[in-house]
Amino acid sequence: MSPPEKSIRVMDADYITRTLNRIAYEILEKNRTLKDLALVGIRSRGVPLARRLAEKLKEITGTVPPVGELDINLYRDDLSRIAYHPVLKTTEIPFDIDDKVVVLVDDVLFTGRTIRSALNALMDLGRPSWVQLGVLVDRGHRELPVRADYIGKNVATSKSQDVIVHLAELDKVDEVVIADTPEGVS
Amino acid sequence: MKLSSRHLLGIDGMTAEEVALILDTAEGFVQISAREIKKVPTLRGKTVVNFFVEPSTRTRSSFELAEKRLSADALNFSASTSSFSKGESLLDTAKNLEAMSPDFIIIRHSEPGSPHFLARHVDATIVNAGDGAHEHPTQALLDAFTIRKHKGRLEGLRVAIVGDINHSRVVRSNVLLLTLMGAHVVVCGPPTLLPREFDAMGCSMTYKVDEALEGADVVMALRVQHERMNAGYFPTTREYARQFGVNGTRLKLAKDDAIVMHPGPMNRGVEISGDLADGARSVILEQVANGVAVRMAVLYLLAGEPARETTS
Repeated sequence: MSPPEKSIRVMDADYITRTLNRIAYEILEKNRTLKDLALVGIRSRGVPLARRLAEKLKEITGTVPPVGELDINLYRDDLSRIAYHPVLKTTEIPFDIDDKVVVLVDDVLFTGRTIRSALNALMDLGRPSWVQLGVLVDRGHRELPVRADYIGKNVATSKSQDVIVHLAELDKVDEVVIADTPEGVS
Repeated sequence: MKLSSRHLLGIDGMTAEEVALILDTAEGFVQISAREIKKVPTLRGKTVVNFFVEPSTRTRSSFELAEKRLSADALNFSASTSSFSKGESLLDTAKNLEAMSPDFIIIRHSEPGSPHFLARHVDATIVNAGDGAHEHPTQALLDAFTIRKHKGRLEGLRVAIVGDINHSRVVRSNVLLLTLMGAHVVVCGPPTLLPREFDAMGCSMTYKVDEALEGADVVMALRVQHERMNAGYFPTTREYARQFGVNGTRLKLAKDDAIVMHPGPMNRGVEISGDLADGARSVILEQVANGVAVRMAVLYLLAGEPARETTS
């Protein structure tokens, strides 16, 4: 892929940390207690975000909610349309999600299709009493009736732009960048 | 990362990266068989024909389960119940199957090369489920997957394969795959059942079981294939068991943590002793369970191949 023509950094490391702190408090505000609450990160970048939120919740309350990792590739609605099937990673949810409050965590909320897949994947694993959604960036352009309960930052984008989230655990740096996709690439 | 062919005809021609991709992908499928709802919608709307011209229980049910757990529609077609027994040729049968526009044809046939033949003549993706004494790639993949689960790697391992080497497609695929992944394979059997060609496949050969098992990380016993033997390859079954049967005493020569494998179906008391097959070091039933995950991975990866050119 050729390098993006123009990119703007909309969040830096400090901003991301402060945002996650706020979301941790919002989770507590909405749920009062961490009893029966679990975080499930959507692979890849939802996972480190979920871990950071769990760490923050531990700092605040002293208890750590369980964290799971969800791979949604088998539930995608575009498998018959994309060129190559993506490499499958493992789904690791080492706890029972029946009757739990599950906070799904992802980096970017865009069309809502990933979340639809994640919900289906989750329902095949059990029956949570409540599913909430937390995202670092909401960039709009929904194609399905999906909304987030916790939003780090609303970013106005055009459909042709890319929102790239880098997280230290996977990419060495913490940042959110909006990039114009070069002509002809979508 | 992707597979270079849209068929899985054999281990021959695959790269180490492709094998690793399939094994890694299979890891993601293991947990699906362990949970309450053992089904994902991935291959919804795809049709798979299980075209088994030779009897098979394990492989066919394993493929069928893999297909069903991926939500594909499976159609079973076996030789005894089809026009095949009325003398229809392989090509005619295949053309008729193709007319039903399946996405996959899983083929088991006694004639080596029949999957390759099919791949040249039909449009569907072909998976070889065993062609004569040639190859059985998904068995080799599930064996490698099982070994890797226990040993954490394949590279540098010593794998002893004991039994009827001559009639075994499992051993050919296994030797190709394991040597490709950097393991050292020793094949062992009576001289009548151990063809010299294995010398050229990068593994060692021996007629002495004790020599084969010495220091092995993995011991794989192969079935004595009575049905493929039209000549006297060895005097009696008892003598075979005494000379080449894998048992507890012989296993002491292998490493302390060596695992015992068998691709099934077993002749208990012939190539493997009953106590060993049921023992703590036996991973035989795990092989069966892993087979479903590995076949799901194969179908998943092949379904993602867009190339429509026919491989020659």
